[in-house]
Amino acid sequence: MSSHDVLGRTEGGDLRLVGLTKRYGSFTAVDDLSLTIPQGSFFALLGASGCGKTTTLRMISGLEDPTVGQIFLGEQEVTDLKPYRRPVNTVFQNYALFPHLDIFENVAFGLRRRGVKDVKKSVTDMLDLVELGHLAKRKPTQLSGGQQQRIALARALINQPQVLLLDEPLGALDLKLRRQMQIELKRIQTEVGLTFVHVTHDQEEAMTMADTIAVMNHGRIEQLGSPADLYENPATTFVANFLGQSNLIPASVEGEKDGVVSVSAHGQQLKVDTKRCRSTSGKIILGVRPEKVQIATDRGEVPDGHNALVGGKVVDTSFIGVSTQYLVQMPSGEELSVFEQNTGRAIQRPGAEVVVYWDPSQGFGLEGSQDIEAGAEADEEAAA
Amino acid sequence: MATQTLSTAPAPAGGDAHLKVRRRGPIAWARQHVLLVVTFLVFVFMLLPNGVILWMSFNSPEGKFNYTWHKFSLDAWKNPCSSSTMCHSIGLSLEIGVVATILATILGTMIAFAMVRHRFRARSGINALLFLPMAAPEVVMGATLAALFFNTIGPGAMGFWTITIAHVMFCISYVVVTVKSRLAGMDPTLERAAQDLYATPTQTFMKVTLPLVAPGIGAAALLAFAISIDDYIITVFTAGNSETFPMYIFGSVQRAYPAQIDVIGSLMLLGTMAVIAVSQVLNQMRAARKK
Repeated sequence: MSSHDVLGRTEGGDLRLVGLTKRYGSFTAVDDLSLTIPQGSFFALLGASGCGKTTTLRMISGLEDPTVGQIFLGEQEVTDLKPYRRPVNTVFQNYALFPHLDIFENVAFGLRRRGVKDVKKSVTDMLDLVELGHLAKRKPTQLSGGQQQRIALARALINQPQVLLLDEPLGALDLKLRRQMQIELKRIQTEVGLTFVHVTHDQEEAMTMADTIAVMNHGRIEQLGSPADLYENPATTFVANFLGQSNLIPASVEGEKDGVVSVSAHGQQLKVDTKRCRSTSGKIILGVRPEKVQIATDRGEVPDGHNALVGGKVVDTSFIGVSTQYLVQMPSGEELSVFEQNTGRAIQRPGAEVVVYWDPSQGFGLEGSQDIEAGAEADEEAAA
Repeated sequence: MATQTLSTAPAPAGGDAHLKVRRRGPIAWARQHVLLVVTFLVFVFMLLPNGVILWMSFNSPEGKFNYTWHKFSLDAWKNPCSSSTMCHSIGLSLEIGVVATILATILGTMIAFAMVRHRFRARSGINALLFLPMAAPEVVMGATLAALFFNTIGPGAMGFWTITIAHVMFCISYVVVTVKSRLAGMDPTLERAAQDLYATPTQTFMKVTLPLVAPGIGAAALLAFAISIDDYIITVFTAGNSETFPMYIFGSVQRAYPAQIDVIGSLMLLGTMAVIAVSQVLNQMRAARKK
């Protein structure tokens, strides 16, 4: 492999953002963002609308200039390079296929602009990769949404960019097609081995596809990690609420012994592993995912050593088939969610008095001064 | 065909009777085809004057005025330029139309791009100014322009260029409005996509922006030409001693109205229809080749 090609790019290299900031007047869209995206990884920027994820993407593509900060591709700084000089291509949210060109010419566009003479084989190969070779002579408007999406992908991939940017690429597709394309995208990424940076507000989409997710909020990264890491060990209430659902209970630390923190919440004693606590003194927020919580009609059913909260009352029961979702109101007034797998146990009707319990090792502790509702609204908005 | 098959297939015996009931007299037929009938009537209404012109162009008028039918003759068609002043005026109108269209289209397109793509201080003011030629009474505009040219270059120098300048002025407004709407309807991400795909700003303009706006520019040019070629009021005020085709017709109404005027009118009509027909056929051929 040559180390330089026509665009003067070097083979390989991580994408590095250093202190990247974008301000529009007094509004800061992206706030001092520093990030390294390893070569060949599938990286997701996840956040609600207005969190700065799309602005970040545009700065990487060069369509937006950062106010402060630098962008590196491998050793090369590309901060001031024009978009048409960057070895970066984008799959746009609305696909942005050229309506006056047929599918073949759409896909060939990038190659032709770079003066590649013989494009036929590359274009045909690329159309075959997305399994749409038979549509080469059609116009974009004659294609379905899913097909347009694949063409947009092919049009970007054919240039073999160092980084492929995906701006909510599946947002316009219906649910079934979206699932199918998620798998497809992942397959193609593995096949071509390029760095994919994927912007989305859909946490499920990010979790399904990405190796690493950065959760963004107010122009900053709230937390960065693997999908499992983010889900099991959220660092903030925002991440806990935005990524899946969480039961968050304000509590105060009473002591720590043998790697276990004892806390008191509404007068009831609970435990949480020290290594899963972001804070181990004073006020903390105790969190547990709804599927980790179980429900019992009697205190005696709770296994030894489990955290139990008594005095709950079922206020809502939704039977979904694979599981039953309960909303349990505690004496303190707060409502906890419980997802119980359908194992054949009797379903509790609204009004039933219950005890909720969980294994202490499945809980997590968060720093206590945060807004307990952070991210919950953003999640609803993203889901809508 | 398909509906007949569907309705007759389950009950072949009753099917015929059903069809007979439906087809009863022209009034019932018209009721079932209201849209078709109305469309037809509208076309008749619009095309009737054109038909009259075509018909009267084959007349051999009794006197100087070709207003009433006398008898069939091909004289006017055989000799359309019997009046050299008339043909000269047509030539002048065409020349002015072409030059004014080219200038107005280029300038108007540039203005439209500036208005849509850039936010500048005087933008709303310019927007209002652009509507002025469309909104202001033509007589006032014409008189004002006449006064302007009288006091600057003098009446002797007025003619082709003063008419052209006046036409460019009012055609620009129509061009700007037409191109602007096309530009505003264009997805701005397309240009970003082009840049993202290694197109320089010039390439982006030539390969993406221009082809996408071209239909709007074409329509604007046709509109400008149509407005220029039949303008009378402003033209009269700015023409000096020149005479365009509309001026010739207005003037000739008082002296004589030869059948040749109808011949020219018919030619314009047939020419326009031919252009439309050819473009339709080309479009269909292109569509057929795609499949």
